Amino acid sequence: MSAMVGTPRRAASTLGSLRRVRSLARAELRLLVRNRTAMFTALALPLLTVAGVNAIGVGEDTEIPITALTVTMLIGFALLYVVYYNLVTAYVARREELVLKRLRVGELTDAEILGATALPSVVVAMVQIALAWAVASVAFGLAAPVNAILVVVGVAIGVVIFVLLAAASTAITRNVEMAQVSTLPLLFACMIFSGMVVPAETMPDTMRDVVQFLPLSPVIDLVRLGLTGQTPAGDTVDFGASFSEAGFPLVIASLWIGNGVAAVRRWFRWEPRA
Amino acid sequence: MGAVIEVTDLRRQYAGGFEAVRGATFSVVRGELFALLGTNGAGKTSTLEVVEGLARPSGGRVRVLGRDPHTDRAAVRPRIGVMLQQGGFPADLTVAETAAMWAGTLTSPRPVGEVLELVGLNHRVGVTIKQLSGGERRRLDLALAVLGRPEVLFLDEPTTGLDPESRRDTWALVRSLLDDGVTVLLTTHYLDEAEELADRLAIMHRGRIVREGTVAEVVATQPATVTFELAPGGGPPRLPDLAGALVVDDGGKVVVHTDTLQPTLTTLLVWAAERGVLLEQLAARPASLEQAFLAVADEADAPNQTEVLA
Repeated sequence: MSAMVGTPRRAASTLGSLRRVRSLARAELRLLVRNRTAMFTALALPLLTVAGVNAIGVGEDTEIPITALTVTMLIGFALLYVVYYNLVTAYVARREELVLKRLRVGELTDAEILGATALPSVVVAMVQIALAWAVASVAFGLAAPVNAILVVVGVAIGVVIFVLLAAASTAITRNVEMAQVSTLPLLFACMIFSGMVVPAETMPDTMRDVVQFLPLSPVIDLVRLGLTGQTPAGDTVDFGASFSEAGFPLVIASLWIGNGVAAVRRWFRWEPRA
Repeated sequence: MGAVIEVTDLRRQYAGGFEAVRGATFSVVRGELFALLGTNGAGKTSTLEVVEGLARPSGGRVRVLGRDPHTDRAAVRPRIGVMLQQGGFPADLTVAETAAMWAGTLTSPRPVGEVLELVGLNHRVGVTIKQLSGGERRRLDLALAVLGRPEVLFLDEPTTGLDPESRRDTWALVRSLLDDGVTVLLTTHYLDEAEELADRLAIMHRGRIVREGTVAEVVATQPATVTFELAPGGGPPRLPDLAGALVVDDGGKVVVHTDTLQPTLTTLLVWAAERGVLLEQLAARPASLEQAFLAVADEADAPNQTEVLA
């Protein structure tokens, strides 16, 4: 609808911004905890999905250690379910309840409203990922990562991309029920083609050339590169070389972030259609 | 005292092309309550939303506290309070949680308990929003609007759905805010609310302001009314010559519309006394705001009539 309004901010107003975001995020956390469906999506769905995929033995024939594959999958599912799907429903629910409109007559900026609403889901996803990584390392012998920075950067970028895509997807989501349908194309495309379940190097080259542009693909590529040193083409690189291999996924990720911001500015609606 | 709210030739056109506000101009000075009246769809809320900074005007200029409320949102918002036409609260939060959340986003909030007491919700703090009645939600909305110690308060139909006692309480609260120097822009479709609270008001119709002034000024555009019953028959002339008045006589009930109530009444009463005529059920009323309001709606049926009236 309208451009996000942001004036140059000084230190004092940064504090004010943090205070506002904390207050709204705390209320959003309460709402998340009180919403059983959202809690199931946030807490159980990623773990169940990963367990299910492991049980049917997908990915066992690749060269990637199964623990690394599992952690990568969990990161992917956490971003898709906990961040993306959950936030599409949260944003749409707040829009239809006129909560977003009300928040916009207050002191919060547009970015603060979207950020604070996203925060509880993002934190849940992060905690899940951190726990999974820790458990895999301690209990299941996941080797020390080749480049931990790339893993962290990959997850952080993934969070930004999927928060933006969730906000953008509300434009094609009339109500909360519709979210189950409107999120499907992106969810399926990312699950099947982003290399989290079916590793990229097992795909034909031409297919890989296309699917590397999916929003989750650069995230998975970065995380796997960081965890195992494996490139999408199937080569294995060391710490130093992993940085140059990260260049292309980072370019794709920044394209998604840039376009995501533009899409939200252009299409995000703050109140229900009249 | 300068104007706190200045609206100049405001226009607002929606994406579909419908022009909801077609050149509205008014200003509100500090400590004043200005009421926007109008039939449904007259453009009151559309106007208010632009003045609140929620939407950009399609044309014209809006200033609140000397600034553009849309582009200068960050500077204006801490000094204003807004009560929208519909609440916008998450159904699963309690009253206390909702108020605390809002307070946490404000620069200098009043104590939450104090404000909830002010609107009579202090006994409902632990109740979730979805269990509140419509009137209670309205009062919570008012509480949030005044929570930030606003200098300017926007109230969009603040008493819709309230019981008579709560309406009185809301009016008392608004009056006490006015006493403290708060400036209020209010929309309502309750004419008694406007008569009770407004220093000045404007009646909107089809996106334009068609009447503006104090209640007395707006009412003065309408004639006063004298009614009485006269037994049928009687020698002619049945009635005296009432210069400048419009007389409607259906043979029993007589209605006299006049801009000069006292001379008309004097003529009538002297005439009746001289002839010994009994004017049964005699009543003389000055024009009411309702009458002025309905006259505006009636003008819709006469499209050629000029809509501008100073």
